[in-house]
Amino acid sequence: MAEFTLPANSKIGVGETYKAPAGAKNIRTFKIYRWTPDDGKNPSIDTYEVDLDTCGPMVLDALIKIKNEIDSSLTFRRSCREGVCGSCAMNIDGTNTLACTKFMSEVKGDIKIYPLPHMPVVRDLVPDLTVPYAQLASIEPWLKSTSQPPTRERLQSHDERARLDGLWECILCFCCSTSCPSYWWSGERYLGPAVLLQAYRWLADSRDEAKGERLDQLEDPFRLYRCHTIMNCTKTCPKGLNPAKAIAEIKKMMVERTI
Amino acid sequence: MSAANRPVHRPLSPHLQVYRPQLTSVLSILHRATGIALSVGVLYLATWVVYASASPKTYALFQAFNTSILGRLFLAGWLFCMFFHLCNGIRHLFWDAGYGFELKDAYLSGWIVVGVSAAATVVSWIVGLSLA
Repeated sequence: MAEFTLPANSKIGVGETYKAPAGAKNIRTFKIYRWTPDDGKNPSIDTYEVDLDTCGPMVLDALIKIKNEIDSSLTFRRSCREGVCGSCAMNIDGTNTLACTKFMSEVKGDIKIYPLPHMPVVRDLVPDLTVPYAQLASIEPWLKSTSQPPTRERLQSHDERARLDGLWECILCFCCSTSCPSYWWSGERYLGPAVLLQAYRWLADSRDEAKGERLDQLEDPFRLYRCHTIMNCTKTCPKGLNPAKAIAEIKKMMVERTI
Repeated sequence: MSAANRPVHRPLSPHLQVYRPQLTSVLSILHRATGIALSVGVLYLATWVVYASASPKTYALFQAFNTSILGRLFLAGWLFCMFFHLCNGIRHLFWDAGYGFELKDAYLSGWIVVGVSAAATVVSWIVGLSLA
């Protein structure tokens, strides 16, 4: 059942404020979600003033600057800093995106940063992604075949390969799944846009021979059909992919195999 | 017990509280809300018929409410709900057939649905009054 308010232990309080150093001229204010398992307190919003004259242009640059120079306890995931690894996915200015590819100049006013929505928080901006990873494993995202293995690579035509474009580029940052209200309310049973896009990536692969089995596994009121075409997923994808369309293609395959 | 072994009751990160409303999500929840409003509207319509069949006096009573400001607001709102639910339902049929999933198309069709339902509400209101 959908719960629209936050549980008592998740209500957000006001945290500390860290002023910019005296003499800083180009100041930007960051409001960042903080929670640590160590003190038994509720989450809070800390305010950081950052001097942009000594900071790179991306939101991630500012987060790293805060961690290096203002508050070393601030916790977040990051790795590649170029939109390839998907580690720094978070809710910035009300939508999910990668901190490393989000320009501060795209945000008006204070820059508000929260962890990916409706997830258990490990610490600060780090969500627990155990459930979506388990869901990804459940769709068995690898090539399955029953025929005799060929003596060399399994060949594809250019057209067959082109069908995978817009699918293979997914970096599994889960920005889309955690932007989806259906996933918020039924995240334990609905697979969510990221995992369904992966499911379609294998359904669309000309070399895969487990199409029927894959569709059987998705034929469920929750796993697939909790998608109501809200399209928050496509709107928020930092890689410009279209999970909503991929899900629609799976639904079409479901119909096509019965007629 | 060390801190690492202590069971942790993790907070839930904020969702509706922080996620920016946008055309995609707003029209989606509006589709559901108008659907519910229409179900209530059907009860209203049924009550109307019952009152009309009972006696001229009860019909006049209902008619008095319908022509009051509150009644008119209610009817105009119901009319908009009907047109919105109809137009957005057609938009969903296109989606079901696999069309209109590019973001710009989804935004275009969304605004068309809003515009057409608003215009249809106004036009049918004017036509209805001119026939009365």
